[in-house]
Amino acid sequence: MGVRSVTDSLGIERASEDCGPQGLARFLGWVSLGLGVATLARREQVSRMSGVDDSPTARRVLAVTGVRELGHAAALLIPRRAGWGAWTRVAGDVLDLAAAGQAMMGRGGERRRRLTYTTWALAGITAVDLYSAVRVTRRRPGRNANRVHGSVTINRSAADAYRFWHDFENLPRFMSHLQSVQTTGDRRSRWTAKAPAGRSVTWHAEIVDDRPGELITWRSTGGARVPNSGSVRFVPSTGGRGTEVRVEIGYRVPGGMFGARVAKLFGEDPQQQVSDDLRRFKQMIETGEITRSDGSPDGISIQQQLKQRPAQPLATRRSGR
Amino acid sequence: MKATCWIAPNKVAVKKVPDPQILNPRDAIVRITSTAICGSDLHLLQGYIPAMKKGDVLGHEFMGEIVELGPGVRNGLSVGDRVVVAFPIACGNCASCQAGLYSICENSNPNAGIAETFLGHSPAGIFGYSHLLGGYAGGQSQYARVPYADVGTIKIEDDLPDEKALFLSDVLPTGYMAAEMCDIKRGDTIAIWGAGSVGQFAAASARLLGAERVIVIDRFPYRLRIAQENTGAEIINYEQTDVLDALREMTGGRGPDACIDAVGLEGHHASAALHAYDKAKQATKTETDRPHALREAVLSCHNGGTISVIGAYSGFIDKFPMGSFMNRSLTMRAGQAHVQRYMRPLLERIRKGEIDPSFIITHTMPLAEAPHAYDIFKNKQDDCLKVVLTP
Repeated sequence: MGVRSVTDSLGIERASEDCGPQGLARFLGWVSLGLGVATLARREQVSRMSGVDDSPTARRVLAVTGVRELGHAAALLIPRRAGWGAWTRVAGDVLDLAAAGQAMMGRGGERRRRLTYTTWALAGITAVDLYSAVRVTRRRPGRNANRVHGSVTINRSAADAYRFWHDFENLPRFMSHLQSVQTTGDRRSRWTAKAPAGRSVTWHAEIVDDRPGELITWRSTGGARVPNSGSVRFVPSTGGRGTEVRVEIGYRVPGGMFGARVAKLFGEDPQQQVSDDLRRFKQMIETGEITRSDGSPDGISIQQQLKQRPAQPLATRRSGR
Repeated sequence: MKATCWIAPNKVAVKKVPDPQILNPRDAIVRITSTAICGSDLHLLQGYIPAMKKGDVLGHEFMGEIVELGPGVRNGLSVGDRVVVAFPIACGNCASCQAGLYSICENSNPNAGIAETFLGHSPAGIFGYSHLLGGYAGGQSQYARVPYADVGTIKIEDDLPDEKALFLSDVLPTGYMAAEMCDIKRGDTIAIWGAGSVGQFAAASARLLGAERVIVIDRFPYRLRIAQENTGAEIINYEQTDVLDALREMTGGRGPDACIDAVGLEGHHASAALHAYDKAKQATKTETDRPHALREAVLSCHNGGTISVIGAYSGFIDKFPMGSFMNRSLTMRAGQAHVQRYMRPLLERIRKGEIDPSFIITHTMPLAEAPHAYDIFKNKQDDCLKVVLTP
């Protein structure tokens, strides 16, 4: 359930949609369509079946319900993906249950019995709708926030790029949130990154797959505070246009989706970070340095682009890394 | 040190700012001996280029003496060398630089993200030319930090005076590239809108590249006279003559073989109504640039001809005559000059006496008078065409 993956033409795995909840939501859309049409066309029979054929008010309520069902059908069937439309059915169910409860109060005998059946049926449908709505609307934003990717073309061979990246101790030179990476074994390394409020966080990682000149994948091991994994592929570009470097990183923020939102408020946007890091990687491997200006003395970073200092020399003494 | 700073639209001041320092291994610090105000600085002055900040040091045409070098500078530069600095900042290593397209260097704009939101992709960083193009301090100052100094400078080894070498930094290569983009063939007639420094050098370069006739279009008689006297160009004053009629007349109805727009985003039009239309669009932000010259260049060009756009544009234009452009098989070429690839061959031409770029200089004054210089340059007072400042 949830994430499935597909492999694109470049051999890169990408998360794809899970089709199950979508199918259910769409089925419920067709049910709404059928119910709406039936209610409007055969109002008499429907009102008798549900035990409310004795009041003109109830029949008017039924007509409105029929129209509403058509609305649910539209919300579930017209968009390419059923999303929040599934919740309109849940809202409709709540209204129906309330109406059935109201109708039950003034009735007895056969009508009351039929109304009881109707109410039980409504409760069952509500449960299915609730399940469907939760499934189609859950995970989407959360999953995107937990998986980021980026790519850049560099004027170097795949072998050069692989070699530079494979020495993990090079990573802090272009990944601005990393403080250090130490190689601790053949496939193992120890990573230290900056964390909010001037703190730092350390974890161990291991190389999972390593194909020289092509691909490196890694993942954190044992109790990392932010469990993460990543892959980088080096794909020769067409017609001698250098090498396409494609990175994909997955991670789990403490606090899930909420944690990711909070981190974003503090300027931690992993998607942006990956694209900034790739630009710095390109600068480092092509020119040997990180491009700095007076407005952006620390080089490319989205925060700095938004909070530029004036383009005049720095007052304090500093030296290039 | 003292530096010319942008304070607010239409306000510059010479201020005391910190001295520049080496930030990267391939940096150099240059003590500036001559620096000029460019027509494109007027776009910054008047606030037409986005992302300027109070205190930004202006200037991208400068030369001087190397006083400090980072440990990674190759190419045999040393302290004490006299150099001219190219206005686009370029690494020399990326695919664009290696194809000779230095003004679209892929690495030199640390604010590439801002540029991408406006332009789709980012061009190179430029000295003193807004935070969109890097946020680099410029060279209308006593000292400047020059990144990738081994790519962005040319050494002047003989006693060629500053006024002959300085314009290798921008306007001479820029005018030359405008003419080169016309792909001039024997017998060609080239029309040039704008008789500022770039238009003057485009006219001179078109001649060097073999154009039979060069026609320069402007509204200031003194600028037209300078073009006529120094480049042998024919002239049209668009406030007195209808440009399309005149060009048709002068070319036997064909129109010029290629047209150079050396005006850019702050164009004027003889018709008050047309000028007011674009002024109003600009004021209401429904276009950023006034493309009067570009429209005329397209409409007047010979069928199958080339439009060479060298005047600076920043964003969006309105009423572009696309039908004329498409149906008549025109070609458009454009770009900020790839200065680094022209500096050496043009220095050779200067040494051989094929061109003396100093003819455009009308004023020389100390750096402290930069605000006054901006004033007379902007208002075309005192027959001002080019101001050179000496720090």
